[in-house]
Amino acid sequence: MAVSILKQGDYLIASVQSALTDTEVIELRDALLAQVAKHRSRGVIVDVAALDIIDSFAARSLTTVARTNRLRGAKTVIVGIQPEVAVAMSQFGLRLDSAHIALDLEAGIQLLTA
Amino acid sequence: MEKGISAVAGVARDRDPDRSLLQELVAHLRHHLTPLREEWTRRITEAQLLRVMTADEIFSEVTAVYDNYVDALETGSIEALEAYAKNLSERIIPRGVETHEVLGVVLLLRDVLARSLFEKYQQDSSLLNRVLDVYEPAANRIAVTVGVSFVQERERVIRQQQSAIRELSTPVLKVREQLLILPIIGALDASRARQLTEQLLKGIRDNRAKVVVIDITGVPSIDMTVANHMVQAVRASGLMGARVIITGLSADIAQTLVGLGVDLSMMQSVGDLQGGIEEAERQLSYAVTRTGNVVPGQDE
Repeated sequence: MAVSILKQGDYLIASVQSALTDTEVIELRDALLAQVAKHRSRGVIVDVAALDIIDSFAARSLTTVARTNRLRGAKTVIVGIQPEVAVAMSQFGLRLDSAHIALDLEAGIQLLTA
Repeated sequence: MEKGISAVAGVARDRDPDRSLLQELVAHLRHHLTPLREEWTRRITEAQLLRVMTADEIFSEVTAVYDNYVDALETGSIEALEAYAKNLSERIIPRGVETHEVLGVVLLLRDVLARSLFEKYQQDSSLLNRVLDVYEPAANRIAVTVGVSFVQERERVIRQQQSAIRELSTPVLKVREQLLILPIIGALDASRARQLTEQLLKGIRDNRAKVVVIDITGVPSIDMTVANHMVQAVRASGLMGARVIITGLSADIAQTLVGLGVDLSMMQSVGDLQGGIEEAERQLSYAVTRTGNVVPGQDE
């Protein structure tokens, strides 16, 4: 899979390396949910800086991860959305409700530790 | 303008009588130079054209255009006239001379010259017809050249100004760490709104901004398309981790937005720029304190 999930203290960092197919998105979602349970993490950062496209399926999957994590007391932060991707997403009305959003990995860690 | 020259050469070869007629015509126009110029100037003043120019200026331009005009008639080459028209346009456009004035002036000259030809040849109507056959196509071509040069010059000026406006129109200013201001001045259209979104997102990324204050005090009105662009810009900023505060919504614009039913739930809005900056500073945990009393009569 083109995603590596790293454990960093109380937090998980999932960094997406290349474009994802729908199947890979589902794998990422399930892996994240499983790892959060396993490590009892308090926060998850998903870095999507390598993605040129975030479609409705990916957006919904990320929202699902965020909602599920919230029910378990973990925060989800999406970081690294590119300007073009942000414009496209807002044009198509895609939202990432219940996820926190930060500019990049550094800002995401700040947001979790603050 | 090689085409023009070769066309004239063709005329000289195939239709010698026309060529000599043209020469006769040019000689006539040169001979009656002063009265024709004066007549033209009088007609310009009478028609109240070129009112932004003084009488002396009109006279000197009239002299130059007349000479160029007759030269162009004689040689069939409009290159020199074209260059002069371009140069003239450069000078008179900034002074507010309108297209209809320029066209009017050129057509008046055509009229004045044609009348003088009528007078000269009125005894012989078949000769008059042939003279007009030679004169009119050339005169029309000259009128078109001058008009087109003027319009082209105007378009060039407009393009230049548009690009200047594009460059100036959306400054993204950093006032504190993580805090940007975007003052928007002037009317917004769809293309400017799109450009604004681009600049905004680039500014957020380059400055690692968390809060952006967009001030639209200087925007006279907003329509549905632009309002939607603004909403999209705010959403896109949110996806890059920055909150947007809109300030300076005039009562008119606020009413328009409400009337259009634009979804503003995700926009935070504060009355004026000062309030917006204060709110942004609060969100970023800045505290601004005054370090002493202001002495009356000094700064502020």
